[in-house]
Amino acid sequence: MAEITEPASSASASAASSEAAAPASGSRLAEGLRAYRLIAGMWLRSTMAYRASFIMTTFGNFAVTALDFVAILLMFSRVDALGGYTLPEIAFLYGLSSTSFGLADLAIGSMDRLGRRVRDGTLDTLLVRPAPVLAQVAADRFALRRLGRVTQGMLVLGYALLALDHLHWTALKVLLMPVMLLSGCGIFCAVFVAGAAFQFVAQDASEVQNAFTYGGATLLQYPPTVFGRELVRGVTFVLPLAFVNWLPASYVLGRPFPLGLPGWTAFASPLVAVGCCALAGLAWRVGLRSYRSTGS
Amino acid sequence: MGAGRLYAAVAAGGFRRYATYRAATAAGVFTNTVFGLILVYTYLALWDVRPHLGGYDRGQAVTYVWLGQAFLSTLAIGGGGVEDELLERIRTGDIAIDLYRPADLQLWWLAADLGRALFQLLGRGVVPFVFGALFFPVALPTDALTWTAFLGAVLLAMLVSFGIRFLVALSAFWLMDGTGVVQMAWLGGIFCSGMLLPLNVFPGALGEVVRALPWSSLLQAPADVLLGRAAPPGTYAFQGAWAVALLAAGRLVQTAATRRVVVQGG
Repeated sequence: MAEITEPASSASASAASSEAAAPASGSRLAEGLRAYRLIAGMWLRSTMAYRASFIMTTFGNFAVTALDFVAILLMFSRVDALGGYTLPEIAFLYGLSSTSFGLADLAIGSMDRLGRRVRDGTLDTLLVRPAPVLAQVAADRFALRRLGRVTQGMLVLGYALLALDHLHWTALKVLLMPVMLLSGCGIFCAVFVAGAAFQFVAQDASEVQNAFTYGGATLLQYPPTVFGRELVRGVTFVLPLAFVNWLPASYVLGRPFPLGLPGWTAFASPLVAVGCCALAGLAWRVGLRSYRSTGS
Repeated sequence: MGAGRLYAAVAAGGFRRYATYRAATAAGVFTNTVFGLILVYTYLALWDVRPHLGGYDRGQAVTYVWLGQAFLSTLAIGGGGVEDELLERIRTGDIAIDLYRPADLQLWWLAADLGRALFQLLGRGVVPFVFGALFFPVALPTDALTWTAFLGAVLLAMLVSFGIRFLVALSAFWLMDGTGVVQMAWLGGIFCSGMLLPLNVFPGALGEVVRALPWSSLLQAPADVLLGRAAPPGTYAFQGAWAVALLAAGRLVQTAATRRVVVQGG
């Protein structure tokens, strides 16, 4: 095998390949989603063959993420406020971060296995299949147990909403809640895809991705007032994680915006998410095109 | 080959094996540094509100964070030690091959794990720690004696850490699939070792209990020696007692387990 780019441009991809027969980008997206659904469904059925194991690993996933919140509870057993934020306010940030990251992790969390696929050569198998590679990699080993993290995040968010009783809710704030979760999920998905694209180059260094995915989610669980100004700048302007919860949550909680940013930034999350996904998609394309099989 | 040389060779092999993956090590160093950075800010916020929480001042709290990042993979607190491989060998039956080797099972894996731990300490632990020491206000001792005492506590921590993980892995002789036990041990380890928060910050009776458990030998004990908050003899006695108890328990379980092994013919 001399060189493999994408199945559509590869001469070996037969005319029967549905990809070649689908020129419009809209139908390509639909095709990708269909492939994702089929592969994820297959993994789902395989998971359900071992129900006891599924229940235990889901609980484990729940408990591992709960530890982060236990750390926060331990801190609040000794103090009343951290960085000027009370426990319900931090729980609000935590719930938003964990839920949106959990959704992204559930959807495409297996993408961090790409480095392994490049190393052992199994990526080649995906390249010759008549389905978008991104959809195949994203759905690979789809793990429903990751609902544990989502559930944990939503429980903490539920607690925060109950405990923040002094908050004055408006229609706009209520509307912002689902927008925040979906945009946050989009931003984290972009980080996962960009991380996977990086693994085409890095291979063994797949752990770097954890610093941005898990590290990012952990960072956002605490208020921006805790961190150094440079770090906050970095996660606002370079890797715009601040749009997952810090900025929109500042609006909902009626807190001053980090870095003195204007109020409209609270509503910019969907745009930032779309922009991030576009950039990540581009990075993925570059990564995939640069891929050279090890051959044999 | 003498027994000592044999296990030294196994340990050297463990060291070299992990040293082979340089990119993975560099990635690990980067990730540990990022997590340390996040944690250090949250600790500083906490110590801003309560300046002498748990008897630590700010500098000691910061030092504790970077020690934790240095020990995370060294002591396999977050998993990733030799126990994963041992579990897999028990599950697949390859353990039978290990058992008819002219070497002791427990010592063999202990040597391999010590080699791994030493590499992780040098390869993955030192850089995040030095980064933390350069960019944050740390409290480090200036006399060589405290550093030597600290290294002794780290070595004992490695023994205790292996003692726990060896028992966890041997459970696969009875359970076949050890995934659940490993996960529980991992959760317990992170909570009880003080990776989340120093154990002397834990409130009331909970604090008393976690400080008496073996996991407090891993991070809390060497940290307190380095920070000058605990006398080495007492710390060594505590860690040593747990190391002996755990390794002896491991030996008992190993004896019981090897009687259960039935090599499937074919």
